Amino acid sequence: MMKQCDLVIVGGGPAGLAAAIAAKKKGIDDILIVERDDRLGGILNQCIHNGFGLHTFQEELTGPEYAYRFICQVKELEIPCLTGTMVLDITPEKIITIMNRKDGVVQLQAKSIILAMGCRERPRGALNIPGYRPMGIYSAGTAQRLVNVDGYLPGKEVVILGSGDIGLIMARRMTLEGAKVKVVAELMPYSGGLKRNIVQCLDDFGIPLKLRHTVVDIKGKKKLEGVTLAEVDEKGKPVPGTEEYYSCDTLLLSCGLIPENELSREMGIAMNPVTNGPIVDESLESSISGVFVCGNVLHVHDLVDFVSEEAKCAGENAADYIQGKLSKVERNPVFVEVEGGIRYTVPASVAPERMRDKVKIRFRTGNVYRDCYISVYLDENRIQRKKKQIVTPGEMEEVILEKTKIEENGRPGKIRIVLEHK
Amino acid sequence: MEKKVLTCIGCPMGCTLTVELEGNEVKSVEGNTCKRGDIYARKEVTNPTRIVTTTVRLKSGGVVSVKTKEDIPKEKIMDCVNEIKRLEVDTPVKIGQIILDNVAGTGVPVVATSFR
Repeated sequence: MMKQCDLVIVGGGPAGLAAAIAAKKKGIDDILIVERDDRLGGILNQCIHNGFGLHTFQEELTGPEYAYRFICQVKELEIPCLTGTMVLDITPEKIITIMNRKDGVVQLQAKSIILAMGCRERPRGALNIPGYRPMGIYSAGTAQRLVNVDGYLPGKEVVILGSGDIGLIMARRMTLEGAKVKVVAELMPYSGGLKRNIVQCLDDFGIPLKLRHTVVDIKGKKKLEGVTLAEVDEKGKPVPGTEEYYSCDTLLLSCGLIPENELSREMGIAMNPVTNGPIVDESLESSISGVFVCGNVLHVHDLVDFVSEEAKCAGENAADYIQGKLSKVERNPVFVEVEGGIRYTVPASVAPERMRDKVKIRFRTGNVYRDCYISVYLDENRIQRKKKQIVTPGEMEEVILEKTKIEENGRPGKIRIVLEHK
Repeated sequence: MEKKVLTCIGCPMGCTLTVELEGNEVKSVEGNTCKRGDIYARKEVTNPTRIVTTTVRLKSGGVVSVKTKEDIPKEKIMDCVNEIKRLEVDTPVKIGQIILDNVAGTGVPVVATSFR
């Protein structure tokens, strides 16, 4: 007979760990965390910079320290984990095929599954950079692992394309290790990373940030010799005559993160083309009943604190599902609609009948907007309005939806999250 | 009266802070949404400091991540990193273990942030 398991959690990074702890605390004992790497903690293990945990622990921790706090809880609670183990396949019936060196290929039947696979970096192949393919071009996260975990410095003269947080963090990290970071080029007119990282990773070290710039040529056949940057117009097209050559032996790419959803797609979960993550409801449940999603596999977060918070909800809801407490009333959700420049929301729908007292709705805008308001409407009835000095695509926003407000209003036809401009 | 505009690095909110200075004396801080922002602004215009994170080599090969236990003056960042770079430590290393008592004459210890 196939091995049974109440709850299988795919991924042992921050999302998987927090989800497991939450489910265990709600009374689920038969849990298995499956992690591909040889240790728990996920990407936090290579994020040695500080700034994690202000929301969760009211202190600033480094990535490994933040992970350690959760790993300790998982160990104290005696939650079983399989590291060095890959999930190969999940069926809509929740049969999970896993593989590792010790056990070979094993199949498990789960009652509930939490997807917490995280995300990966957008690779060069997806960026349309012309030129040769010499050695010396890395994604920022690969360089981060080389420097912080393996102890190798990939190069001495560095250009960074993309101003995502990992790129900014690596600009500082490579500088501290003795490399010369010449420039960070960003295609968009705004940075993709957090403002604080511009200050403490670039400004502190006098590293220039060139907005509206991209790499138009790569020089070097075997080894990278240099790159040519050029300014781009409003349509993202390089402007002739603005080319500037930078000699360098290393090009780091920090051009966005993509949720890692091969398993989700193969099992037939409905996906959101904007986030590249599964579509979930207020309980973080996907289109397949009993399969919950949290963390960067759902949508890319800025802060691990918010991943942990979201994952806790997923863990608690999975526990309720297994214990038959998550009402399975035929799904008739209220969809969340966006206006005014908001690109998406997670969750995408809310079923008032089974929502908890409060549900957080997280979203991003598609552009930078100043002096605006974030409003929440139940149909035409505005129930919230919050002034924002600035919203940017690089920083996730949230609103809290209260169940009492929906009860006062009566079941709405739709929930609208609106960015209102002056 | 001199005005300086800063971006707070106290947390990822990145509040825009306006500091009013008279000579070296901070007259007012505006734009912060918490106490941390006020503290950061006053420090940043008089004595800017940072927590430094880096790695230290292991005698057995590889590296372990470390940080300054508290923030150190900004101009000491490179001295701090270069001093740590000259070290090699024995395994095992425990999280929180002191690697160096007083880095770059700041009086601040360097501690391990992971296990190796």
